[in-house]
Amino acid sequence: MNPVYYLYLAALLFTIGAAGVLIRRNAIILFMCVELMLNACNLAFVAFSRLHGNLDGQIIAFFTMVVAAAEVVVGLAIIVTVFRSRHSASVDDASLMKL
Amino acid sequence: MTHAAPVHSLWTTAAAAPDKIPAPHIEYGQLSPTLIVLGGAILGVLVEAFLPRRQRYGAQLFVSVLTLAAAFAAVVGLAAGDYGTGKAHVAAMGAIAVDGPALFLQGTILLVALVAVFTFAERRLDPVAHGNQVDSFAAQAAAVPGGEAEKAAVKAGFTTTEVFPLVLFAVGGMLVFPSANDLLTLFVALEVFSLPLYVLCALARRHRMLSQEAAVKYFLLGAFSSAFLLFGIALLYGYAGTVGYAGIADVVDGQVRNVTPALAGTMGNDALLLIGGAMVLMGLLFKIGAVPFHMWTPDVYQGAPTPVTGFMAAATKVAAFGALLRLLYVVLPGLRWDWRPVMWGVAIVTMLGGAIVAVTQTDVKRLLAYSSIAHAGFILAGVIATTPDGISSVLFYLAAYSFVTLGAFAVVTLVRDAGGEATHLSKWAGLGRRSPLVAAVFAVFLLAFAGIPLTSGFAGKFAVFKAAADGGAGALVVVGVISSAIAAFFYIRVIVLMFFSEPRTDGPSVAVPSVLTSSAIAIGVAVTLVLGVAPQYFLDLAGQAGVFVR
Repeated sequence: MNPVYYLYLAALLFTIGAAGVLIRRNAIILFMCVELMLNACNLAFVAFSRLHGNLDGQIIAFFTMVVAAAEVVVGLAIIVTVFRSRHSASVDDASLMKL
Repeated sequence: MTHAAPVHSLWTTAAAAPDKIPAPHIEYGQLSPTLIVLGGAILGVLVEAFLPRRQRYGAQLFVSVLTLAAAFAAVVGLAAGDYGTGKAHVAAMGAIAVDGPALFLQGTILLVALVAVFTFAERRLDPVAHGNQVDSFAAQAAAVPGGEAEKAAVKAGFTTTEVFPLVLFAVGGMLVFPSANDLLTLFVALEVFSLPLYVLCALARRHRMLSQEAAVKYFLLGAFSSAFLLFGIALLYGYAGTVGYAGIADVVDGQVRNVTPALAGTMGNDALLLIGGAMVLMGLLFKIGAVPFHMWTPDVYQGAPTPVTGFMAAATKVAAFGALLRLLYVVLPGLRWDWRPVMWGVAIVTMLGGAIVAVTQTDVKRLLAYSSIAHAGFILAGVIATTPDGISSVLFYLAAYSFVTLGAFAVVTLVRDAGGEATHLSKWAGLGRRSPLVAAVFAVFLLAFAGIPLTSGFAGKFAVFKAAADGGAGALVVVGVISSAIAAFFYIRVIVLMFFSEPRTDGPSVAVPSVLTSSAIAIGVAVTLVLGVAPQYFLDLAGQAGVFVR
């Protein structure tokens, strides 16, 4: 199978993730969409790695996974704190500073 | 399947000789500033784990100040050892560049962080709670605002001393960010400095809901933008087959010819280069706070604890502009006819947008946030010059601007009423009559922001606009001067408000700071005036530092 198809899939997943961040309103869902975008990046890295015949892309995919895991730790901590003080994870409710 | 043949041959050779992997050669001495800071951060975590609560504050402050001073000494040592000019080279197997701009920016970031740590450690501004002096940070970040757990934590005298190791981790990432010499290091450094900043934003003692809201916004938008950056990196990797800056630049310049027909669709494909480059730029412009990626700036600057805002506004901008300069000047100079028009547009909307929206602001922290957006536009004008003067003027502007910002936010922490900091501008009316010294110091910072002669803001703006004009961006300079004039209007308005209106009876009081915040403000004023009155030495320093290694 042509590895370029995986790039199309990666672009599609990235777009779905980006659209989700822009459309959905729950902080947890937003966060999941960001993770989907990062995984789309991973798929693109691995596909390009296969195309180029070097291993850089696969190594980078591991780095991305570690970074995504660290981001989950910080992100969930912040979202849970906000949920506990507001009893809501909707980003539309977080509007104390709107002009 | 025909075009996958080279891949399989590569796999078989890799499987045949796996016995010896050469160890990488790392120049630890030249990476010492970063290593010292990260080591100090880990020491801070250990302090947090093993020392009793009462002793942590003093120990953390000692460790942070010592670490930052030692790292700055290491940077000075490297610069004195000629690593900034003659011996500039790429270290750590191509991952980190040790050159003039990297050392200059690292030195700036370390000094900014040192001064910022002073404001973090300030404990005399907030009223004493249950016999304990408290700082700007929440007693217990996990406790629900206004809940029983929070009251108990305040009564027990808890403080979030974790802010010190968090700052050190952020500084560690910021030191790597402008010196990263491949895109993977760039991405990891970005995350290393962003994640601690997200947490720091959520830790305010007063207005905790605002602070948490700022953290959520910063986190979600920051993660969104770094996903864009990462996808851009993936596309550039697909374009060049490497993430090293020099390797990508060679492919951009057409020095590497595509030899494998299997790669005809990817390697050297301009669509990948343009889209990938644009997405990486988006990620960096987000951190800089340039329009149209500035939406987070006012909310985060307003909601975060003021010492954190000052640190973020100064140090993040320095680090991110360093990375942007290196990307545009080292990786994509061959593409400058494509990125220059785009950056022209970004610089113009950033300068005008920041200045015009700032006029309508009524909160001093939001005002400073929009002013920082306008300043990002001025610095972008220097970036667009694409000349050595452009680099050195941007370096100088960043050093000058970061100390003014730190000082201005330190002054904001002093003006307080019963609810904590009084950030609404109407409360600042007549401040000059009640406490002339504080108002005068703030006026100096505002004049520096406005770019009035004899302040560092003037020297910086002059250098940047001159470089832009010499670089063929005359129209940009005209827009820059116009938006400077608009910006000067609201800076002067605040000065008029402070000195020429009647003080309100229910107005805020000015807290008397300890030596920590006083010295932070004094350093800010001193740097502002010295760089304004006698900028030549520092301009020369930035001029010598203005060459990137490749």
